[in-house]
Amino acid sequence: MSTVSLNSNNRSRVHPQKFALWLSMGSILMMFAAFTSAYLIKQSSGTWVEFVLPQIFYINTGVIVCSSIALHISCRAFISGKELIYKSGLVVALILGIAFLVFQYQGWNALFEMGIDLKGNASGAFLYLISFVHAAHIIGGIAALVLAILHAFTLKYKVTDKRKNRFEMTLHYWHFVDLLWVYLFVFLLFSK
Amino acid sequence: MGHFKATHEMDVMIEETGFDDHFHDHHHGDKYQSSFIGHYIFSMDHKIIARQFLFTGIFWAIIGAAMSIVFRLQLGFPEESLAWLKPVLGKWIVVNSEGIGTLAPEFYYALVTMHGTIIVFFVLTAGLSGTFSNLLIPLQLGARDMASPFLNMLSYWFFFLASVVMFYSLFLSTGPFSGGWTAYPPLSALPQASSGSGAGMTLWLVSLTLFVVSVLLGGINYVTTVLNLRTKGMTMWRMPLTIWAFFVTAILGILSFPVLASGFFMLMCDRGLGTSFFLSEIFIEGQALDYIGGSPILYQHLFWFLGHPEVYIIILPAMGLTSEVLSVHARKPIFGYKAMVYSILAIGFLSFIVWAHHMFMSGVNPFISNFFVVFTLIIAVPSAVKVFNWITTLYGGNIRLNSAMLFAIGFVSMFISGGLTGIFLGNSAIDIQMHDTYFVVAHFHIVMGIAAFFGMFAGIYHWYPKMFGRFMNETIGKLHFWGTMIGAYAIFWPMHYIGMAGVPRRYYSFETFDAFAHFDDMNKFITISAIVVFAIQIMFVINFVSSIWKGKKMTTRNPWGATTLEWTTPIETGHGNWDGKIPVVHRWAYDYGKDGKDFIDQVTPMAEGEVPGDH
Ligand code: HEM
Ligand SMILES: [Cu+2]
Repeated sequence: MSTVSLNSNNRSRVHPQKFALWLSMGSILMMFAAFTSAYLIKQSSGTWVEFVLPQIFYINTGVIVCSSIALHISCRAFISGKELIYKSGLVVALILGIAFLVFQYQGWNALFEMGIDLKGNASGAFLYLISFVHAAHIIGGIAALVLAILHAFTLKYKVTDKRKNRFEMTLHYWHFVDLLWVYLFVFLLFSK
Repeated sequence: MGHFKATHEMDVMIEETGFDDHFHDHHHGDKYQSSFIGHYIFSMDHKIIARQFLFTGIFWAIIGAAMSIVFRLQLGFPEESLAWLKPVLGKWIVVNSEGIGTLAPEFYYALVTMHGTIIVFFVLTAGLSGTFSNLLIPLQLGARDMASPFLNMLSYWFFFLASVVMFYSLFLSTGPFSGGWTAYPPLSALPQASSGSGAGMTLWLVSLTLFVVSVLLGGINYVTTVLNLRTKGMTMWRMPLTIWAFFVTAILGILSFPVLASGFFMLMCDRGLGTSFFLSEIFIEGQALDYIGGSPILYQHLFWFLGHPEVYIIILPAMGLTSEVLSVHARKPIFGYKAMVYSILAIGFLSFIVWAHHMFMSGVNPFISNFFVVFTLIIAVPSAVKVFNWITTLYGGNIRLNSAMLFAIGFVSMFISGGLTGIFLGNSAIDIQMHDTYFVVAHFHIVMGIAAFFGMFAGIYHWYPKMFGRFMNETIGKLHFWGTMIGAYAIFWPMHYIGMAGVPRRYYSFETFDAFAHFDDMNKFITISAIVVFAIQIMFVINFVSSIWKGKKMTTRNPWGATTLEWTTPIETGHGNWDGKIPVVHRWAYDYGKDGKDFIDQVTPMAEGEVPGDH
């Protein structure tokens, strides 16, 4: 196909698509940097209500980290020919990813029951907004995982450059949204 | 290789020295261009996409400029009847009992807002960098296309969608958004704040969010292409300055537009979900709203963190085009190539740490203002380096004063005039008087509006043959230049005086201000100049469109005698750009007047013992 030839004079060892993905991560990062800076500015300007983060967010941070690890193992297994670990790792990663979304939802419910809603103080509104926009990026990752699982179970197992690159892109993105959450969580914990 | 037979001397050279990427081995028949729709509409060829950006940009430029004529008429001639505009503007022209029609004040604000939004984002961002980054990045780097032709196509179609939404908003019964192109809250955050704040603002937000997606898709592609797909021999330090400019522009976009998006999301929450990010205690018609503790200044920070880099996203491509055009038509290497590159990088970096100079009067702590004053004034240094180098490039050159060259020189003139007034404004103490007056309007129209348009015109006249295989009419081109050059100064020069006297911008009428009464004639003069300049631009558009079919045909590949790779492709350039091998680059882009030769293109290998031009 044409893309092969279009990119055949690629200069770096990184596939251009992967490189483009990294750039878009930079761009997503800027958006969250903006959210968190706005958070700090708003916080320092008074009228700020403090509250304790619901427990479920702690657990959920563990969930998404585990999902990342599962996908990492799966990717290693894919490259080194361990088909079973490759496939099961993918499924585990997906299940944990979906669990993360469900738990985030419960986290929002817990917040709401504590009396923190969008119309109240900006501290609550920021938390909803930041975690919601993050969840939207998780959904993108889940779509990529579903695609990866489809490939894993419908295509004959074979390590080609193309499939390796595709898998690595999914992996990088998933690690990225995972680390992004860890950053946001730590930020929310310590910016009090 | 098989089926490609080189006959043209350039093709023979490329076949001999070029690099075989087996393009045609993968290319059975022509996969992309099989149908009209695939070729002209949903095209993935960067050259077609460039033209799509250009046509859409020109469409918006006409609309945006026409809007300014309407509000200038109201401002310059408030007593004259605008009833003749009623067929177009309908209820926005209010006709009194004597049959005198005036522009409705709400719509005056809507026009000012739309004019700014359209010109800044749709014309000078998408129309300028969308067009030329797409056209030139692959061609000048020796690439077959962008890293991802598909995302590139999407980038255009997101822009198109943004355009459709914004265009639709013009016809809302409550009018389009009317709170200024910067969309400050509360006018942008409270749907009930003004007639344009409701549906108009909603569509404004939707449109610009789509636009952000377009810019990001485009920018990510440009950066990836520049870093990954340069042909053999094309080191970073051999790239033409156009590419450097597009490259840094794209990086600025990738880093700053997401911040704007975050501000938009917060605005959407305030509008739809009742959050109070940007709204504090507000009364409307005696009724207290339940917003508490938000801060409109927060929005200003988010907006200008994009907004200032955005003005450089607009001007850097124009600078790149100007550098290239000046060098080619002065038949001299660009003076201080490396200094030019470092200046672009310095400007790009500094543009991120000066945003609060737009907020000196928003109650920012004066100590913090000092920080921003210093960095703002430092931007003048790399800017001055560039100006010096442009002028030195001209000095002693074998200058061809064609339309492209005239506009490039005009760019330098405008950039100097507007840059100087920037230094006034950059001092926070002087800005107390100048802020939100016509002085600011004059500053940014000259330095950004006119200068960027000039860069764009220089680019259009210069690369028109590359895009359409024909030349534009030179006589009309020169008339276009002189008319616009003189006319633009006639419009904006007087505004400096009006602004220094304290006349505020964005006012519908000065009737009740006796102190400003003596500016009435000046305002008339400005309006008349604007009408003349508008008419001249229509002349340009006619020249542009008719030359597509009627212009003088391009008979040689490299009519300007330029060194860069885009002129090595066949006149009818197909998708993939080079029919056979990809050219390999042996030298920098500015070997003009070297070793007794008029120019040496980048594909010509170094002669034995030849000293590189960029040593
Ligand atoms: C030496 C360089 C420059 C300096 C020191 C400078 C400084 C300033 C300052 C301080 C303001 C705020 C004035 C106010 O609102 O009271 C301003 C406004 C503006 N400048 Fe510049 N500027 C420079 C160059 C440029 C360039 C190169 C561009 C664009 C290409 C530009 C575009 C603008 C725009 C669009 C605004 C007004 C935005 C608005 O309020 O609607 N400036 N400039
Ligand atoms: Cu600025």
